[in-house]
Amino acid sequence: MPPRGGRPMNREDLKKSPISKDLIKRLLSYLTGKNKAMLGLVFICIVVASVTSVLGNMFIRNLIDDYIEPLLVSGDKDFSGLLSWIRMVACLFFCGVLANLLQGQIMVIISNNVLQNVRDDMFKHMQTLPISYFDTHAHGDIMSHYTNDVDTLRQMISQSIPSMVSSAISIVATLVGMIVTSWQLTILVLIGTVSMIAVMGTIGGKSAKYFVKQQASLGDVNGYIEEMVDGQKVVKVFTYESRAKDTFDKKNEELCANATSANIFANILMPIMGNIGNVLYVLVAFVGGFLAIECGVNAITIGAIASFLQLTKAFVMPVSQVSQQMNAIIMAMAGAGRIFKLMDEKPEDDNGYVTLVYCRAEGGQLIEVPDEEAISFKRAHGGKMSDGKTSYVWAWKHPHGDGTLTYKEVCGDVRMAEVDFSYDGEKQVLYDISLYAKPGQKIAFVGATGAGKTTITNLINRFYDIADGKIRYDDININKIKKADLRHSLGIVLQDTNLFTGSVMENIRYGNLGATDEECIAAAKLANAHDFISKLPNGYDTELTANGSELSQGQRQLIAIARAAVADPPVMILDEATSSIDTRTESIVQRGMDALMEGRTVFVIAHRLSTVKNSQAIMVLENGHIIERGDHDSLIAEKGKYYQLYTGAFELE
Amino acid sequence: MIRRLLKSVREYKKPSLLAPILVACEVVMEVLMPFLMSKLIDKGIDQSNMNYVWKMGILLLVCMFASMAFGALSGREAAKACSGFAKNLRQDMFHNLQRFSFSNIDKFKTSSIITRLTTDVTNVQNAYQMVIRIAVRAPFMLIFAMIMCFFINKKIALILLIIAPILMLFLVIIFRYAHPIFVRMFKRFDLMNNVVQENVRGIRVVKSFVREDHEIDKFSSVSGDIRNDAVKAERAINFNSPIMMTCVYSAMLLVSWIGARLIVNGEMTTGELTSMFSYIMQILSSLMMVSMIIVMIVISKTSAERISELLTEEPDITNPSSPVTEVADGSIDFDHVYFSYSKKKEKSCLSDFNLHIESGETVGIIGGTGSGKSSFVQLIPRLYDVTDGQVKVGGVDVRDYDLGTLRDTVAMVLQKNVLFSGTIKENLRWGKPDATDEEMKHVCEIAQADSFISAFPDGYDTYIEQGGANVSGGQKQRLCIARALLKNPKILILDDSTSAVDTATDAMIQKGFAEYIPGTTKLIIAQRVSSVEHADKIIVIDNGEINAVGTHEELLRDNAIYREVYESQKKGGDQ
Repeated sequence: MPPRGGRPMNREDLKKSPISKDLIKRLLSYLTGKNKAMLGLVFICIVVASVTSVLGNMFIRNLIDDYIEPLLVSGDKDFSGLLSWIRMVACLFFCGVLANLLQGQIMVIISNNVLQNVRDDMFKHMQTLPISYFDTHAHGDIMSHYTNDVDTLRQMISQSIPSMVSSAISIVATLVGMIVTSWQLTILVLIGTVSMIAVMGTIGGKSAKYFVKQQASLGDVNGYIEEMVDGQKVVKVFTYESRAKDTFDKKNEELCANATSANIFANILMPIMGNIGNVLYVLVAFVGGFLAIECGVNAITIGAIASFLQLTKAFVMPVSQVSQQMNAIIMAMAGAGRIFKLMDEKPEDDNGYVTLVYCRAEGGQLIEVPDEEAISFKRAHGGKMSDGKTSYVWAWKHPHGDGTLTYKEVCGDVRMAEVDFSYDGEKQVLYDISLYAKPGQKIAFVGATGAGKTTITNLINRFYDIADGKIRYDDININKIKKADLRHSLGIVLQDTNLFTGSVMENIRYGNLGATDEECIAAAKLANAHDFISKLPNGYDTELTANGSELSQGQRQLIAIARAAVADPPVMILDEATSSIDTRTESIVQRGMDALMEGRTVFVIAHRLSTVKNSQAIMVLENGHIIERGDHDSLIAEKGKYYQLYTGAFELE
Repeated sequence: MIRRLLKSVREYKKPSLLAPILVACEVVMEVLMPFLMSKLIDKGIDQSNMNYVWKMGILLLVCMFASMAFGALSGREAAKACSGFAKNLRQDMFHNLQRFSFSNIDKFKTSSIITRLTTDVTNVQNAYQMVIRIAVRAPFMLIFAMIMCFFINKKIALILLIIAPILMLFLVIIFRYAHPIFVRMFKRFDLMNNVVQENVRGIRVVKSFVREDHEIDKFSSVSGDIRNDAVKAERAINFNSPIMMTCVYSAMLLVSWIGARLIVNGEMTTGELTSMFSYIMQILSSLMMVSMIIVMIVISKTSAERISELLTEEPDITNPSSPVTEVADGSIDFDHVYFSYSKKKEKSCLSDFNLHIESGETVGIIGGTGSGKSSFVQLIPRLYDVTDGQVKVGGVDVRDYDLGTLRDTVAMVLQKNVLFSGTIKENLRWGKPDATDEEMKHVCEIAQADSFISAFPDGYDTYIEQGGANVSGGQKQRLCIARALLKNPKILILDDSTSAVDTATDAMIQKGFAEYIPGTTKLIIAQRVSSVEHADKIIVIDNGEINAVGTHEELLRDNAIYREVYESQKKGGDQ
């Protein structure tokens, strides 16, 4: 069924993602979770590495002031002092490199563990969400949580956070180094840095504005491409090519204009920033030179100037780095916000306590047995649950409030009483639906698109919960049955067949993971699918990809029927396909469906008159109301809507 | 391949050349700065020559502003060049796509065409920008800085000449180790996306069979694989930074040791030593950049290949050199026509089709899935070319017509039909751009669409969502028929286009055809016998061959297949 009744999430919703304390806390809890010790080590490494690099910048000063200048002055050629000093510095550098190496290696492990946890948690949570979530969220948007949003986190955890920490440490350490070297020059550098940040903010803001525009027109162009490429054959048939080109060119030009503006601002940011850094560099040299010359060597030494020049660079670099990482962090926060939004979605609630168990029937008594016992019995008796003496049945295990426990055989008796339903709480789609399906009966729903046929069946297996009324299954309110067990007892063949990547055998086994190959093949035979599967290149081992696109629509349906057959549930819900498959395949599918229906309670959304005709009860739906009910003959005699549908005066969809 | 892509630079050649030239100028300025600085230190500060400090200081500032200007300008030119290049790539691809025949379109899948026009272009655009700026910057920087080093002191320059290749070697080794792991990891990402996609799409199946845990296990195993590969690859890549640091530090220490001796011996000055340190950074960091560019280029290589594939794809159906631009009438002839989708002739889709259809006739076509019905009709507007034999429209081989003329004469309603986002009017105007409201209403009446369109609150201005999501299947089919009718064609082909329309409406549509467009040749493919039973002749196609041709009564009497189809439908339908 196409998603209905919901509003797709719009872009604005996606963008809104304020950085809140909670968000950061939650993100940090993922990060720190099991990694506290490792994170501590990483922090130490970052400190060591950044301090080393600051010392590395001070190194020139020491070299010049402490060794070269004295050597020049004294004129002797004793380099042993210098050599031992270089050895010491080499050791220090070695520590720095080691710390850097260690930090990188550990961060890789930490960040990938975090990403794995986030992805796994997200998927786990997604599996618990109600169908309505999938109806109301565009599939592309859900997918992008796993790709784009997780990717922004990768950026942040593996790069932004370490680089922010190390930048912060470098800035502090460099600042200390600068103040120690010369406070006058430090003030100069600080003023320069502030103006640099100001420029950065202005250009960054402009750039961001154009980037938003660029994204918008990119979306426009991509949307147009998607639509036209999808309908390319129609374009050809209508010789619409030149008109398509014109429209495309117009949109493409607009994108180009916006992209150019956005890129210009992004591109000029770096040279401007870099050169403001250079201006500072020159100013430092200039002022330093002035100080040295005018105020004498006491104010500042030549080694100090050289060293300060390096320090200036070392100070400016992390500042611009922080600003670059800010962008990544904001994006990651937005991504994390979207991820957590998914994780905060309310899962399907399930307060059911009645469970589905195997029982052995003994003298009118039901005795619960382990699943294996019943299954091995079934296997030993060719799929039959009874050999005349002993018989096994599915039963509802029902604990009552007073502590007693009752077992009730699963028969497939379904009743709906005065059921109202609405997808969104506003627009009611079902009104006062009451119906009664006795075990083994076939109930058909007919009516136009949107009349509510599929909705009714979705209520029985609790894809959606009803607003008012009651649904009872074997005289138990379905709200009391555990959802998993309820769904186990109901088999469904949907109109849109969804198969999974894997072999044909695996796809059939999807209905019952414990089924043997023989059981799967038996199910395929029952569903009339065996013939075509045997003719596939690798038979049951043929790999299916991309929703079984290698197979025809009819073949996919046959596999879906076999999948339901191997589950062997007491109640079946069948949504017949409307799509035109040719008459021969259709009759094969039909026979498969018929075999599956035998001996079960069946709800069928019928599109074929043959199916409708042999149903015990036919419900004719219109705008959410059951307007006629009865068997075929009585409804024909009534000459109402059913008669009109049947004689082809209305679309039967 | 690259040459093909570069053809699309066109009017952006100027910025594409200016950007690297400006970058080169910027680099020269940047490389000059440490040198001037060393002069400032040696001759100015060291010798307490304030005038010299002024002179050099101003020179430095000039250099810097020049560098800033060059940098900013090159940024601007590069932005123009890469955005423009991307625009042209998209345009060229889209325009080439419009020339594609059906078999060209079949060759590329829809989703792959879309990726090529979107993601791939973005990748190439980014790489292009990289190339014209950084790919120029890094080598230039490397060379200029190296020259300056040699200029200052040959001995020290030699150190860099040794260390730089070592660094490069390590970077290459790391890259070669990590690259295949990254490739593998991207494949696993596809796998993961596939699991997610299947789950999102098939969530009803998952939930009905209570397979949540099974799916979670499946996902966890893929996600674990990704983690393991990512750790391996990133760990390798993370060696870059410590190796770079090692090289920088070693160079610094070696330069200090040798430099100190040189200074003491009077062969070098302190200022020169300082500038040497700057050059070390410039040289080694440009090497680092080179390695980054290589990664970028490798990533975009696949994209570039995919784009060039689409650009070089030649449509296999083109206009003849002196085309016929007039179609005499709506008669159709098939003369020993053979057709197969692939060039390998082993499995012919149609074999030995011989047929004559008079202008104005109504022809029904019946046959099972894969029997060749659609292939047969698609040859008429030359959506595909025959493998052998001849298809004639109005007595002329379809290959001799101007394609536009032919397709405007032959209107076809495809089986997999598409409406586009826009109003109903806009969609109808696909058939005729200047159609009046009356014309549109008229065709909609014939197609039995007017009644439901008028019932919409906005009538003919009702907005159709992408793919026609907000109209029912039957309504969509009727709109598509109306759209085709608006072309006022000599031949109208309906490829299973009334399958979702109920029988009564279907009959009305057929009646409308007979009444309003009697002169138009009508070919109707249908699953329902009732859609074709009143046709002048019915063609039964089976296994790519014409099984029988005749009227409803004749076929019912003589043809087993037709009878079988009829019986199976009658069973449910008639009282």
